Amino acid sequence: MTQGWTIRDLEYWDARIRERVREFGLQCFPQEFEICDHEQMLGYMAYHGLPAHYPHWSFGKAYEKLRTLYSYGISGLPYEMVINASPSLAYLMHENSLCLQILTIAHVYGHNDFFRNNFMFRDTRPDLAIAHFKLRADRVRSYAEDPSIGPQRVEDTLDAAHALSLQCRRDTAIRKLSRTEQQERALADAVPPKDPYASIHKAPPHQTPDLNRLPLEPEEDLLLFIAENQPYLAEWQKDLLRIVHEEALYFMPQVETKIMNEGWASYWHHRIMNSLDLPENLHLEFLVHHNQVVRAHPGGINPYYLGYRLWEDIERRHDSGLPPAPDGRAKIFEVRDTDRDASFLRRFLTEQLMRDMDLYEYRRDQGQMVISRISDSGNWEAVRDSLLRNVGMAPVPVIRIMDADFHHNRILLLRHEHDGRDLQRDNMEKTLAYLHRLWGRQVLLETVASGRNLTFSYDDGRFEEIRNGPAERPQHS
Amino acid sequence: MTGSVFRGYSESDALRSDRSAGDRLRHRQKVREAIRGNVADIVAEESIIGQSRNKIIKVPIRGVREYRFIFGDDYEGVGSGEGDSQPGQVIGNAAGPLPGSGKAGDQPGVDYYETEITLEELVDIMFEDLELPDMERRKLREVPVEVIRKRKGFRRVGVRVRLDKTRTAMARMRRKLAARVAAGDGTADRRFPFHRDDLKYRRIVRDLRFQSNAVVLCIMDTSGSMDTMKKYLARSFFFLLHQFVRTRYRNVEVVFVAHDAQAREVSEEEFFTKGGSGGTLISSGYLKALEIIRERYHPSLWNIYAFHCSDGDNWPQDNPAALRTAQELAHICNLFGYGEIKPLNSGSYGDSLLELFEKIEAENFQALMIENKEDIWPGFRQLLLREQTSGLEDAP
Repeated sequence: MTQGWTIRDLEYWDARIRERVREFGLQCFPQEFEICDHEQMLGYMAYHGLPAHYPHWSFGKAYEKLRTLYSYGISGLPYEMVINASPSLAYLMHENSLCLQILTIAHVYGHNDFFRNNFMFRDTRPDLAIAHFKLRADRVRSYAEDPSIGPQRVEDTLDAAHALSLQCRRDTAIRKLSRTEQQERALADAVPPKDPYASIHKAPPHQTPDLNRLPLEPEEDLLLFIAENQPYLAEWQKDLLRIVHEEALYFMPQVETKIMNEGWASYWHHRIMNSLDLPENLHLEFLVHHNQVVRAHPGGINPYYLGYRLWEDIERRHDSGLPPAPDGRAKIFEVRDTDRDASFLRRFLTEQLMRDMDLYEYRRDQGQMVISRISDSGNWEAVRDSLLRNVGMAPVPVIRIMDADFHHNRILLLRHEHDGRDLQRDNMEKTLAYLHRLWGRQVLLETVASGRNLTFSYDDGRFEEIRNGPAERPQHS
Repeated sequence: MTGSVFRGYSESDALRSDRSAGDRLRHRQKVREAIRGNVADIVAEESIIGQSRNKIIKVPIRGVREYRFIFGDDYEGVGSGEGDSQPGQVIGNAAGPLPGSGKAGDQPGVDYYETEITLEELVDIMFEDLELPDMERRKLREVPVEVIRKRKGFRRVGVRVRLDKTRTAMARMRRKLAARVAAGDGTADRRFPFHRDDLKYRRIVRDLRFQSNAVVLCIMDTSGSMDTMKKYLARSFFFLLHQFVRTRYRNVEVVFVAHDAQAREVSEEEFFTKGGSGGTLISSGYLKALEIIRERYHPSLWNIYAFHCSDGDNWPQDNPAALRTAQELAHICNLFGYGEIKPLNSGSYGDSLLELFEKIEAENFQALMIENKEDIWPGFRQLLLREQTSGLEDAP
């Protein structure tokens, strides 16, 4: 091959890397590698790396975009791509040099270990992931080929479902209560707390909770809720909604742990490569590549850099004598299991580290981006909190279904849990239209814009702003 | 752990697997559909009228953008600096990308819910499913036209630009070899210049094809009652027509007639830019058109299309004459269209010619009403599409 390596070279280095992986105590799924060229890599990237995936024009758009960015040299291609599956599947670029391949293989084992051990991935069923994607693809294709459904209607439903796919519960580690359990909880909540002075207090009026209301507790899984509670959807439509929801659930852990995961893999490829006794020419090339990957991107956040610095910092601090027993290695393995980006940054991003990396917060001001805060002693926590609002799922607004039968008229009432950030108006209108397409009845959204409570309504192509909100607010805490 | 599996690269697989082809195709279809769906808005934009064909137009694409609930951009972001960041420091433009991540501004593919196309492409997309009606109806009117020039062989003489360098060099080499053989050895070092006989030129011939001839007569009322708005609407309509004709047909001539109380033939530039004043005698415009047809475009040789835009505010005494000449025009033209421009709230309560023209008994006469700029495109389509369907019956 022109690259100066053969499959046997890769196998040789892979065997040596795996020895190190075992010594370091990484626990990985079995690993498979596939060599592909840049065209195939672009193809995999457009479909989130999966060998089988249902068709939709948005993936064609993603492909064109990636390709344009690549061919104009604005962004390069990743050296690898790893799928959270068992056996884990990774793609290596045919065009890369031997050194890059070795580096990449080491990096892949880092991701593999992370997928296997981090708590966020516990419910992603890696052993079946690829088969599941294949099955879903087959189902979507069968609907599109069914003459009574056809590709156009499948596309219409998928368009609407994609718009809502990220509106789902984020705390996947907490079990979702079943409806019966929710009813029991509502009943228990309705019992007044034991009052030691009951004899002299007036008894509070007994309130019976409405056990039939839908949803009983605010609901964040929009697609799932619609699939279960919209009686006029066809079975194939419900299935499409579930498919999109399942895929979002599969990818959410990766979104939520981007910084940890990339940092973890970079940390381990660095350790492994340094322990391999590489020939000098390979070692020098490795250092060049490593420094390219884990370098600061001025003006932005490079997850490889941020994560790598954090993992090293945690290990260093715990090695240098924090009680009871200084053991940095054990600490990072513990953190790898139990954290996600938000908690990782909140717990371990120190003022010193932020200052070293010169992290700052910026705001948009009259068409320019201006630094508003830097990581000095008074402001570093505020800068960190801003960072937290930009990682993982935090850039996705939290929208909850409050009532699916508002005014007993099957109107869908949603509430945006406002956290200081207003919704973008145009997108909201279009997304409500999609929601209306699926729900089939009027849709209301309560939100806050420029400090005012507002309710927006979408019904039969009419988008309206209702200033004072609906007359009756649902009774919720 | 057992050993990892490596699957090698196979070029034939790589060539075969273009999994995103179907989705890319669908995406491009959607882009094109979106542009076509927006044509009415784009045409209503003043800026495209009278622009050159290479002008780049921004076209908003709806339906190709993927909408979700997202936050507006008025909240904070976090970045990393190079160690010297200070509060108040400007780090970039909000619209463009961050510094250090590439050149600012015109990056392709950032997220193109607005795409840029040239006017030419736009015109192509707009007119994709339109045709001048009845182009084939009068087969006898076909005349030979020079369509293209094409290459056919080589010759010894010609102009410099057509010199074929490869063949010329080959001819010289051939001669050199022959000369060496003839002279025996010893001549190899000597200079061996090009000779006139070596020169080879490409021969270009004209390719004659038969095509039906067509002339489009654009007649516009430029009288005083046609205020700026009305003229703008009329010009937009003719601009579309003119672009359409230019895109679709090689051998179509366009004649511009402007009239108030008198009619005159004007150039394209004048037609689209100059104003006018005075009373209105519509018949004068029609008479001028008839005169031009008589002189230059005999109906047995030409397919004739005439379009007239006016606000219908004709001098009442002229109405019978207008009706008579309109009838005459309709008789010799393949299609005669009349657009009456009555902007809403324009305060013009003048007469309408639409009622008068109802009396014209000709299938190939079309009258339509343009009230605002959003009407232009639908009206234009209606004009060409309706005739097209009736024209189909004549197709062999």
